[in-house]
Amino acid sequence: MRYIPNADADRRAMLRDIGRSSIDELFADIPQSVIDAYRPLDLPSQSELEVYGELARLAEANEAPGRVPLVGGGVYDHYIPRAVHHVASRSEFYTAYTPYQPEISQGTLTVMFEFQTMISELTGMEIANASMYDGATALAEAVLMAERIRKRGRVAVAANLFSHDRRVVDTYAWAAGIELVEVPFTPTGRCDLARLPENISAFVVQSPNAFGILEPLNGLKARLGDALLIAVTYPLALGILEPPGTFGVDIVVGEGQCLGLPMGYGGPLLGLFATRKEHLRQLPGRVAGRTVDADGRIGYTMTAQTREQHIRREKATSNICTNSAHCALTATVYLASIGAGGLRQVALLNLEKAHYLAARIAKLKGYSLVFDGPFFNEFVVRPSGGNADAVRERLEAGGFLVESPRAMADLGVPNALRLAVTERRTQAELDRVVDILGGKR
Amino acid sequence: MRTIFERGAAEAADGIFPACDVPAKGAAAWLGADLVRSKPPRIPDTSETTVVRHYTRLCKLNYGVDDGIYPLGSCTMKYNPKVNEDTAALPGFADAHPAADERYVQGSLELLYELTRLLQGVAGLPAVTLQPVAGAHGELTGMFLFRKYFESRGESRRTRVLLPDSAHGTNPASAAVAGFSVTEIPSNARGTVDLDALRAQLDDTVAGIMLTVPNTLGIFEENILEVTRAVHEAGGLCYFDGANLNSFIGRARPGDMGADVFHFNLHKTLSTPHGGGGPGAGAVAVSEPLVDFLPVPRVVKRRDRYALDWDCPGSIGSVHSFFGNVLVAIKAYTYILQLGDEGLRAVSDNAVLNANYLQERLKRTYVLPYDRLCKHEFVLSSEGLAKGVTTLDVAKRLIDYGIHPPTVYFPLIVHEALMIEPTETESKETLDRFAEILERIAAEAREHPELLHEAPTRAPVRRLDQTAAARNPVFTFPFEADPA
Repeated sequence: MRYIPNADADRRAMLRDIGRSSIDELFADIPQSVIDAYRPLDLPSQSELEVYGELARLAEANEAPGRVPLVGGGVYDHYIPRAVHHVASRSEFYTAYTPYQPEISQGTLTVMFEFQTMISELTGMEIANASMYDGATALAEAVLMAERIRKRGRVAVAANLFSHDRRVVDTYAWAAGIELVEVPFTPTGRCDLARLPENISAFVVQSPNAFGILEPLNGLKARLGDALLIAVTYPLALGILEPPGTFGVDIVVGEGQCLGLPMGYGGPLLGLFATRKEHLRQLPGRVAGRTVDADGRIGYTMTAQTREQHIRREKATSNICTNSAHCALTATVYLASIGAGGLRQVALLNLEKAHYLAARIAKLKGYSLVFDGPFFNEFVVRPSGGNADAVRERLEAGGFLVESPRAMADLGVPNALRLAVTERRTQAELDRVVDILGGKR
Repeated sequence: MRTIFERGAAEAADGIFPACDVPAKGAAAWLGADLVRSKPPRIPDTSETTVVRHYTRLCKLNYGVDDGIYPLGSCTMKYNPKVNEDTAALPGFADAHPAADERYVQGSLELLYELTRLLQGVAGLPAVTLQPVAGAHGELTGMFLFRKYFESRGESRRTRVLLPDSAHGTNPASAAVAGFSVTEIPSNARGTVDLDALRAQLDDTVAGIMLTVPNTLGIFEENILEVTRAVHEAGGLCYFDGANLNSFIGRARPGDMGADVFHFNLHKTLSTPHGGGGPGAGAVAVSEPLVDFLPVPRVVKRRDRYALDWDCPGSIGSVHSFFGNVLVAIKAYTYILQLGDEGLRAVSDNAVLNANYLQERLKRTYVLPYDRLCKHEFVLSSEGLAKGVTTLDVAKRLIDYGIHPPTVYFPLIVHEALMIEPTETESKETLDRFAEILERIAAEAREHPELLHEAPTRAPVRRLDQTAAARNPVFTFPFEADPA
């Protein structure tokens, strides 16, 4: 096996050197009954050629990538400039460990510092960590952090969060004994702020929310008293949207897949986590800081580690160790490649194309937009005459990929389809969507 | 280190995205002016030439497994086969949306199902979830499972988790996040769990124990069956941290040792790269009584079709947005298919042989506090090497020789610890060279200690001022400052 370089002769020489007669002897400390109970997998070794063929077969068995996606809901079909892939594929980056030895990890650490800076800039927050697993666990950690700060045992959550985020928050909050109170939405698709509960540690709002609608963050913080405001964001949209930090948000989290990562059937993803400096001590996860070396030259190192599990153990702010470092690196290279100008351009393309499609569908007989609030690149459509499942089937027969109406029904919006439009959709594709919905083939 | 923010004037960065092909109105017209960004983020516009050169320069300041031996104890920094990267990047996998209907992602689902099946076999346990995305995430999932199990039995008084004092920091942290308190169990003189101390703690407030097998000293718990039996008899559950699976894969199974929950680190044992700190994958295997509590959705096979099963009423819920780190799982699957039974056994054979070979040689030069058969790693101490010389000095001097240092100052029960894990992917020649350098450094410690105190002098930077970094924290680029 070419991943194990030693030949039989090497092994014999090594055993001789350590005074052992066989490899089996090296396992004498494992109870014999455990060794005897071992059952192999019945899996023959295969050559690289055979295994590559098998993996190619499985990849081809996935039909989804051959379809034109109109599906989003947290993971989107955005274009990734080819240079991003080439840079991120440098094995000096991807085969390195966590940069605990900063002197030979300045590549990783400098990129971490750039990433934190870019996320702070995007969100309008003072500090960002070096990443969480995904948007959902970032949000769950934000809820735990807010509870550590305010300790009221109750957190309010908007009812129009992504279901997958909510599910993870439910799990973490259950174990931590935090009560979640749901804040319903109005016919605009926005949160009903008149229904905000009292005596909470934090309020979680998402903008754009699960319906694609932008929530009014302005003035929200003031309504919460000293409860923390946690905002879930869509970082690519921040190319044109006023960042949450402007509105006094305490913690901003989000899913960073839109920043140069493939959809990958939902993983790996990239959890973003940004907050204000005053909350540094409660921040979960790693952070890189700038410092100087023994000669006074600028360098980077992991810092503020007294919050972390390897130092603080059960008193740490989180149990996270491995994060999404390489995804964060990819996002950094993506943002560096497109710049603020490209980010604005791509965000505008999403906005304009989504509005083009939404406006054309709204004019079709038998269709309406469910919500009338402002939206970014995603909106919810209801076929007033027909049923959403049938409409989905027609679109899929036309080569599109559309989310099941169950996704909206789960949020209390029956018989409706959520459609997402990214910069990759052409006018011709969008016109074809309209033709199919309108009954033209 | 210059950052991307210090690269001079704005450059042309256009040409990636096309012009808008639908009639455009602008952000303010659609959204109203108050929602529109008033100040652009300070992310410079940079040409592709400059971007590629900037990050290429940065990558050369790193050290990866492709550069040489990476003997970080407990991290299993084995070689990452190249074919794994390519199979995971196949467009059929990489471009699949997680909300796609099951019939359009049969390939991904089949792979997840088959990998699950193989991992069940490796663990010797009846069910596996691939949803956790890191070792600590697997631990947390396991602790959630503990909690749910006792909740379902009306035994919510079981709020304590026992941990050996040699445990990784993530273990107590994971237990705490799941709402448990932690009780430490001391190690005995042989470096394993003190059975009497364990028994003294076992009562009806104990939810269970978290064990690392072999432990972080690289020592197999010889009494593992007594330990798990005692915990089970007291009504508790046994969690096995799988960080060290590389030492017995293909030879022994946690399920046969009494594990109720076992987490894999696919980014250790199953060769997927660490990515500078992630992403990983932390699949979790469970014993029969815990199967119904696993996270949703579960990947199932119904006749000849693969599907996602959401109908699991006892489940703890979800721990990840979707189905875990699927692209990492693809890399692990590629690896395990190539190795087969024979290859998996060769992994532990050679990992353990390499570690014992190095241990025997290096114990002549460094202190070996627990001198006995080790598994895939061992812990030395730099104590007594030379007056005033610390483990940190030894580590930094290794960098001067172009080698990544071992894990240092862990486990906490060994002073001046150097925790060394060579892995099976290093040759005897590499091990000999590594040992020779550590021996030379020991000699330098006595004869020229300043070489160690000053080290590194041949790295991209010299020793960094950690105190200044913590005291005067700078986490983002200070744009106000005039770049030199």
